[in-house]
Amino acid sequence: MSQHPTTYVPKSAFGKWFESRLPLAGLIHSSFIAFPVPRNLTYFWTFGAILAFMLVAQIVTGVFLAMYYTPNAAMAFQSVEHIMRDVEFGWLLRYLHANGASMFFVAVYVHIFRNFYYGSYKAPREVLYILGVIIFLLMMATAFMGYVLPWGQMSFWGATVITNLFSAIPVVGDTIVSYLWGGYSVGNPTLNRFFSLHYLLPFMIAGVVALHIWALHVPGQNNPTGIPIKSGKDAVPFTPYATIKDIFAVVVFMLFFAYWVFYMPNYLGHADNYIPANPAVTPAHIVPEWYFLPFYAILRAIPDKLGGVIAMGAAIVIWCFMPWLDTSKVRSTAYRPLYKQFFWLFVVVCFLLGWLGSRPAEGWYVIASQICTAYYFAHFLIVLPVLGFVERPLPLPNSILESVMGVQKVGAGVPAGANAEPSSKG
Amino acid sequence: MPNALSRKALKTCGSRFCSMLESHVAETTTHVAEPTRRDFLYIATGAAAVVGGATLVWPFVQSLAPDAATVAAGAPVEVDLTPIAEGQIVKVFWRGKLIFIRHRTAEEIKAAEDVNVASLRDPQPDSARVKEGKAQWLIVYGNCTHLGCVPLGQQGEYHGWFCPCHGSVFDTSGRVRGGPAPINLPIPPYTFASDTKIIIGQEATA
Repeated sequence: MSQHPTTYVPKSAFGKWFESRLPLAGLIHSSFIAFPVPRNLTYFWTFGAILAFMLVAQIVTGVFLAMYYTPNAAMAFQSVEHIMRDVEFGWLLRYLHANGASMFFVAVYVHIFRNFYYGSYKAPREVLYILGVIIFLLMMATAFMGYVLPWGQMSFWGATVITNLFSAIPVVGDTIVSYLWGGYSVGNPTLNRFFSLHYLLPFMIAGVVALHIWALHVPGQNNPTGIPIKSGKDAVPFTPYATIKDIFAVVVFMLFFAYWVFYMPNYLGHADNYIPANPAVTPAHIVPEWYFLPFYAILRAIPDKLGGVIAMGAAIVIWCFMPWLDTSKVRSTAYRPLYKQFFWLFVVVCFLLGWLGSRPAEGWYVIASQICTAYYFAHFLIVLPVLGFVERPLPLPNSILESVMGVQKVGAGVPAGANAEPSSKG
Repeated sequence: MPNALSRKALKTCGSRFCSMLESHVAETTTHVAEPTRRDFLYIATGAAAVVGGATLVWPFVQSLAPDAATVAAGAPVEVDLTPIAEGQIVKVFWRGKLIFIRHRTAEEIKAAEDVNVASLRDPQPDSARVKEGKAQWLIVYGNCTHLGCVPLGQQGEYHGWFCPCHGSVFDTSGRVRGGPAPINLPIPPYTFASDTKIIIGQEATA
């Protein structure tokens, strides 16, 4: 599948002239029209397209907001209120952008858990997968800096708490923090550089997304069975099948997005962020945005500053090692009865961590956070490596076609051993 | 590798002299890998690129440091202590950082002094945290040493400070007594200009 169909022949004279100089139409044709996609993909495979849409939506709304926003500690809060009250449709642009960040993370978490469930991170898709982890880290940095820009109480104190994480680094920590701040505390220079980077990072995300899609088009998409495309009957062309399905999913997702924007635009934010930043008063309860809560719970679970910071970083970095920590030869959890239970337990633990991150750090919440944190890491370091050896997977279908149509209809024409994966160690 | 490259380069020159040279080079490389002038140029160019690149990165990184205006605004500040009543905590700013000035009561001083110093996470006697003869004045940075939140005064188990963010507890000397904070609330540099006036940002020149 690493060879794309090169059947594209331009029809018009101009098309021929252009194609011989820049084969752009041929690239688009082979990547998004003739590209073979497994015929059994579910709607979980549409979240890549939804994420691409969200990235574009965030960039477009962000570029317009930047026309009215002032990145100055004395004026930022007022300029956001100016957008909300004075700028034509400013409220819509801002609510789309603020809720868009949350929608972006909703989609990326579905995308990530789909990848975990169907073993999409396994060979030969490790590079594709690690690029995805890099995109997620860039998204976190972008979202964090974006939340600082309105310069409300949560902006200011969120920036203070997160930048102070770097002071846990031995010896050079304090110097690094003063270079992050551009001063002796979070202040105007900090706001300025965060705005600059908040504008830059989405374009870096777009660059890594291009690599992510490129890496996807080498082995092709994984699918619910986890077995690769073996014949033309296992696949359908990207256009119209995947194109239409992706567009439909994006439209449904837009309805979900619109519900938040028009009916509860502030639900996912914090009321405290409508109070201008005040360095003399900390909000009673500092909580990050919902999409950071599981990692925040891990940070607070460790009763040591440096240890907490390391654990929080490790919680994401450990994802990069999944292709090698998972010793199972079977990709899809659909054929792994034991792992299926551990997978859902892991999902529950992630949700629990998210809930615990929203609670104050006291009493039994701390102990529960510690248990969940321990399990979170055990999932990667114990469950994934050990299950591959002790689990007896269900029999795999011979082909994607057989999994869809049933064995009888496909017939006995499949040679023995055809379900071995020539590309699995590729 | 550089020898192989230089042989390849020589092959392209084609003259008799070159082919003689080439056979000579080929001969030497089979026995000892003699460094050539080309090797030197490679290394020199690479070294210049590395040094030049690092030199170019330096001003960009340094531009992130606190700028001159910020540094200038960080000059020492004077604080008059007369309006601060006993038992009161006043917040002031120096270099954008919050500083607590606490006028401690006799009980608070006694509570801070009657502590087994060895049992503390960051062992420091109360006397090391105030100026001699001025035990009623405690001057500490007002940001929790965990992640920088502002602890609430006169709260927590020791009625010093309690941080609402992650539950760090400080006593009436600003020393950490519980929670995730690793060290005591630090003491900013300050000196008494008179009995009722301090200068924050300036150490006594004795």
